[in-house]
Amino acid sequence: MSGPGYIKFDTLSLHAGQKPDPATGARATPIYQTTSYVFRDSDHAAALFNAERPGHVYSRITNPTTAVLEERVAALEGGVGAIATASGQAAMHLAIATIVGAGEHIVASSALYGGSHNLLSYTLPRFGIETTFVDPRDPAAFRAAIRPETRLVFSETLGNPGLDVLDVPAVAEVAHAAGLPLLVDSTFTTPYLMRPFDHGADLVFHSATKFLGGHGVAIGGVLVDGGTFDWDASGRFPTLSAPYAGFHDLVFTEEYGPAAFIMRARKEGARDFGACMSPTTAFHILQGVETLSLRMERHVANTRKVVEFLDGHDAVASVVYPELPDHPDHELAKKLLPRGCGAVFSFELEGGRDAGRTFIESLRVFSHLANVGDAKSLVIHPASTTHHRMDAEALARAGISEGTVRLSIGLEDIDDLLGDLGRALHLSQRAVKRRADTARHTGAKRDAGVAQKEAGPRRAAS
Amino acid sequence: MKFEVDGLAAYAYTGSRPFAPGQPAAVFVHGGGLDHSVWIHQSRYFAHHGFNVAALDLPGHGRSAGAPPDTITGMAHWVMRAADALGIGRLSVAGHSMGSLVALEVAGLYPDRIEAAALVGCAVPMAVTSALLDAAKAGSHAAFDMITLWGHRMDAQLGGNPAPGMWMTGGAVRLLERSGPGVLHNDLNACNEYRHGLDTAAKVACPAHLVLGREDVMAPPRAARDLVTALRVVRVIELADCGHMLMAEQPDAVRDALAAAFPRPG
Ligand SMILES: Cc1ncc(COP(=O)(O)O)c(C=O)c1O
Repeated sequence: MSGPGYIKFDTLSLHAGQKPDPATGARATPIYQTTSYVFRDSDHAAALFNAERPGHVYSRITNPTTAVLEERVAALEGGVGAIATASGQAAMHLAIATIVGAGEHIVASSALYGGSHNLLSYTLPRFGIETTFVDPRDPAAFRAAIRPETRLVFSETLGNPGLDVLDVPAVAEVAHAAGLPLLVDSTFTTPYLMRPFDHGADLVFHSATKFLGGHGVAIGGVLVDGGTFDWDASGRFPTLSAPYAGFHDLVFTEEYGPAAFIMRARKEGARDFGACMSPTTAFHILQGVETLSLRMERHVANTRKVVEFLDGHDAVASVVYPELPDHPDHELAKKLLPRGCGAVFSFELEGGRDAGRTFIESLRVFSHLANVGDAKSLVIHPASTTHHRMDAEALARAGISEGTVRLSIGLEDIDDLLGDLGRALHLSQRAVKRRADTARHTGAKRDAGVAQKEAGPRRAAS
Repeated sequence: MKFEVDGLAAYAYTGSRPFAPGQPAAVFVHGGGLDHSVWIHQSRYFAHHGFNVAALDLPGHGRSAGAPPDTITGMAHWVMRAADALGIGRLSVAGHSMGSLVALEVAGLYPDRIEAAALVGCAVPMAVTSALLDAAKAGSHAAFDMITLWGHRMDAQLGGNPAPGMWMTGGAVRLLERSGPGVLHNDLNACNEYRHGLDTAAKVACPAHLVLGREDVMAPPRAARDLVTALRVVRVIELADCGHMLMAEQPDAVRDALAAAFPRPG
C-alpha cells in the first residue's frame, strides 16, 4: 500500500480520512462534539444497530471526528482499520482483550514501558491471563516461551527505555510459525520511522499521547489492524472465527475477512469496555498527525546532535542509542530504522543518583516530568518514576540502572538544548565533587575522633 | 454457510441467518480475486429484510474449494448448481465487475429462474489491459496495486470511508492478497475472453439494473452502452462520486439500487 501510484505518507498525514465537511465546507476536521446521531426512521435505526449499514449510532462506538483519526493512522500504518482509545494503555488492553481470555497466555518482551509491564505482570493475572517475559533481542526466547495456550506475542518496536530494536521480521516469523499474531507498541517510532506491518507485525498500537499528538496536550491511544493475520487458519481465536452470541451469532472472519480483528474490537471492546477517545481529543491528535513527518525529522535531527554531544562528554558514562556503533542493535537499526531511532533515549551519568538529581534539577529548557514525545524537551529518572514498581531484578532485565536518565528530545533550537545540557552536566559533576570533598573532610575529622553521624557520602544507588 | 457443490466445499454468507421458507432469494457474486465480503454492506441488509441471502465465494475464492472456473459461463453454471445445493429455486442475482458478467450469463442461461439481475460495475466487453493481465499472470503484487489504484477514485483513497475507522485502500489490498495463486489471473482472463455478452443480453428476460460508477475507470459507464441497447428491460443507475469499488465507495446508494431492483415479498 505504498509505492508507485499510492498516495504518499505526507499527503496521507494531512488528508487521509477526511473530506471537506459535507455540511459546511469546513476544510479542517470539525469536532463533532456529540454523543449520538439522529436516526432518519425506525428502519434506519435498526439497520445501524444491526450493522446492516455503516454509520454512527453512539460516540462510545464511533464518532465522525474520531473516525478521521482512526482512518488516518490506519492509512499511515498501511493497515485495514483502527480504533482510537482513551489512552495508550486502553489500546493495549483492547488488543489483548479482543483475542486473549482467561486460561490463556502471552509472550512479551521484558523491556516494556512500566505501565505495559504492570498490566501484564500484575493486573491481567487477576483475570486469568499469564505473561512470560523474554529478552526482546532473542527471537529464540520468544519461541521457547510459547505454550499451547499462548495467544499473542508482544513487544515494543524500540524497547523502553533500553532502545532494544525489535527484530520485527524474525519475531513475526516465530509468532506466525506458532499460529500467533505479533502485536507491537509502536509509540516510540511512529509510522514515520517504521511501519511494522511492512515487516510482518499483525497488530500495532500507539500511545497517541506521545509523538502522534506531539504537543503534550491530550492522552489517547490508537489500535491498528494490519489485516494480515489469518485467524481462521490459526484455529486458536474463537472470538473471531466462531459465532458471537453477543452480536446475533456474527462470525467476524466470515463477515469482515481481513478486518475481523478490528471489527470485533469495536463491536465488543469499544462497546463493552468503553475506553473511547473523545472527539476533542481526536481533533488535538489530528493536528499533531498533520505535521508528523516534519516533527519526527526534527526530533531525530536534534536527537542525533544531543547523542553525539553526550557521547563525547566526560560527565557521561554511557549513552544508549542504536545509531551508536557500540549499541547491540546497531546493524539491525540500520536495516529497520534508517530514518532514525526516535527521540527518546537514556544515558548514564557519572556520579550516580546524586549527580542525576542535580542534573535534572539544573536543567532549564528540559522539563522534568513523566511523559515523552512532546514538542518540548523532557527529562526523567525512570527508576523512581515510570519503572518504580519494578524490583532491582526486573529493572536490570529492562536495562535500567538507578543512575539512568531518560531524555525526550524536542523541537527547540539545538544550541539551546546543548547549552542547557552542558550547564546541567557541569553542575552535576561539581555537586558530586563537592560532596566527595565534604566526605573526605568529615572522614578526616572522624579519624580525629570527632563524632559526625550521617555525613558520609550516600550510596549512589540508595 | 458451508455446503457442497460437486462434492467440494463451498461457502455462502447468509447474514448469519438460516433460510426461511417462502422468502425470496438474493444471490451475490463477487468480482475477480475477491470474495463474498465485498458485499458486506448490502448482503446483511437483505438478510434482515425478508430475503434468503447467499453471498457466494466462487470456487477457489474465499472459503470455497476447488479450481476457479476458467470461463464466465463456467462460473454461471456453478452459481446455479450452488443455488440448487442451497435449495434456492427462483432468485434475484447481483454481480460486481467479473461477477456482473456472471450475473448477466446466469440471467441469459436460466431465464426462467431469475427474477431480476443487478449488474454492478459492468462493462461488455470487459477488456483487461495487458499490463494488468501480465502482472497477474506473473503473480506480481503490482496486479493487486493496479486494481486497488484504478478501482477506487482518488477521493476514496484519500479517505472518508463510510465505514467509520476503516481505510478502504488497505482493506482492498489485503483482500486481494488473500486470493490464491493464479486466481486473479484466471478471473481477469475470464473477463477478457468473455465475448458473447451482447448475445447473452438479448436472451435475458428479467429486468436488468445496471449500477455504474460515474468515475469508474475500469468499467466506465460508456463501456456499458452496447449492453444497455442489447438488454430488453433495463434500468441504468449512475452513482456520483463513485469509482469501480461501488459497494465500498457508495454502500448506501448501491444498497438502495439493489433494494429497488429485487422484487420483494408481498
Ligand atoms: C511506549 C509506551 N507505550 C504505552 C504507553 C501508555 O500510553 P498512555 O499513557 O497514553 O496510556 C506509554 C506511555 O508512556 C509509552 O511510553
